[in-house]
Amino acid sequence: MLQLHGIELSAGGKAILHGVNLQVREAEIHSVLGANGTGKSTLAAVIMGLSGYRPTAGRILFRGEDITDLPVWERARRGITLAWQEPARFEGLTVAEYLDLARRHSGNGEPSPAECLRKVGLLPERYLRRAVDSTLSGGERRRVELASVLAMKPRLAILDEPDSGIDPLAIENIVDVIRTLSRNGAAVLLITHHEHVAAVADRASSLCGGTILKTGDPAAIARFYRNHCLECLHVNEPKVEEVVGG
Amino acid sequence: MVDSGPELVELSQAMQPAGADPAALLHARFAGLAVSHNRILRSRGADGLRIEGEETPTGAKARITVAPGVQLPGPIHLCFGVLPKEGVQEILSEFDIGDGARVSFLAHCSFPNAERVRHLMQARIRVGKGAQMEYAETHYHGPQGGVEVLPVAHITVEEGGLYRSTFKLIEGAAGVVRLDYTAELAEDAVCELDAKVYGKAHDSIVVKETILLNGANARGLAKTRIVASERCVSEVIGEVVGNAPFARGHVDCIEILTGPEARASAVPKLQVNDQRAKLTHEAAIGSMDKKQIETLTARGLSEAEAVDVVVRGMLR
Repeated sequence: MLQLHGIELSAGGKAILHGVNLQVREAEIHSVLGANGTGKSTLAAVIMGLSGYRPTAGRILFRGEDITDLPVWERARRGITLAWQEPARFEGLTVAEYLDLARRHSGNGEPSPAECLRKVGLLPERYLRRAVDSTLSGGERRRVELASVLAMKPRLAILDEPDSGIDPLAIENIVDVIRTLSRNGAAVLLITHHEHVAAVADRASSLCGGTILKTGDPAAIARFYRNHCLECLHVNEPKVEEVVGG
Repeated sequence: MVDSGPELVELSQAMQPAGADPAALLHARFAGLAVSHNRILRSRGADGLRIEGEETPTGAKARITVAPGVQLPGPIHLCFGVLPKEGVQEILSEFDIGDGARVSFLAHCSFPNAERVRHLMQARIRVGKGAQMEYAETHYHGPQGGVEVLPVAHITVEEGGLYRSTFKLIEGAAGVVRLDYTAELAEDAVCELDAKVYGKAHDSIVVKETILLNGANARGLAKTRIVASERCVSEVIGEVVGNAPFARGHVDCIEILTGPEARASAVPKLQVNDQRAKLTHEAAIGSMDKKQIETLTARGLSEAEAVDVVVRGMLR
């Protein structure tokens, strides 16, 4: 479904991503593990096509189509979306309206905004009329973001640390959302540090120093990550052979 | 009670773009005041609410009194308009809200055909001890931008009182706006001044909000939201003065430019004359928030649709 071929990205003369090759299959949950500063969020931004994240080399294919040069909204209308780790806040926009916006290009059918909220563990009667502004806590805002992704019914959902700042009791809701997306036919590219969340993946990749080192079974990748990447000092200056060789 | 049939119907229709329900203005139990140019078309009080209106050569004088302790259940409607292309309307008003009273006003000002219209509003407002007054004013200025709006208000909020106002000018072209509100707060009084304007074409907007926190524990918020498009020029002056112990004040200003030739400035002024008072301010001026736009475009909205959603939300 999604293929990244030799993606390179530099910022301020520094390589952030280089030679990234990644494949995400239809309806697959694919987690990306990597320490802070290794380029995980940058990878998400490149796939979504955010401004300032245009690759200097490489191509992105989505369902066989080259989308490397498409703007964000055109990628979104092809079914790609992104849930930010720190989502934007909107003054004067209610949660109900925010979720409806996500449904605008997906036929406005099921699931309803209320169902999407229930799925992320928020009571619709308490949240639909709330504003998507600074009155929501960080955790609440992230859950509304996930509800918005559900409402959009994407083909590929990129979730950038959806568990960050979430109450441990609510982690199950996040896992449930990821499974629901997959059951509904969406591929999920999951960026997380949380091994319990990463365990829902069908496959996983290890990102270190701006490049994908390994892809495979999530448990094996998690072990690889713990043994070779957690203490890795090669942030954005990878010595792939050293890490892989270790 | 004054009532002028066809003129009133015409005015009520003109109020619709300013957010008014024409039926409310025509309703037999309407409570409030309706002035077309210098003609008072309706003036009707209620139990505990007295409205005295007087026509002048250029507009009207109005004295609105709410008796102490009275809590009016619904909003009081105030409608002001100039329907011809040209004209001057000067409204001199006095509001006296008795101790412990509670009242809310919905004011609608409409100038749908204006090419050369001046609308001057001078208000003196007293909110008595423990009283609460909410005042929401919505304008509609037509597409020509031929309106000068000069609202000036002096508000006094007595001990434990609350005054909250919203000035909204979003539909049509704003024209020239010079808003100048000053509020003086006694002990434990609260005041929120909120202005929202969408400037287009050659509109010129100046919003000046001043809050004097004269009593202990007084709290004030001066909030402004302006979107300046095309060649609009906007300026916001938010001033809060802390004159008493434990007074708290905040100036909150956002001005967004959506046109390459639009201009904006903000001048927050905070002055503390008592070391136990605390004042803060925040201002954001310039382009749209990139992350907001990208979040919405990542849901499939075009950039233009995303800008519209952000602007409408902010000015709501």
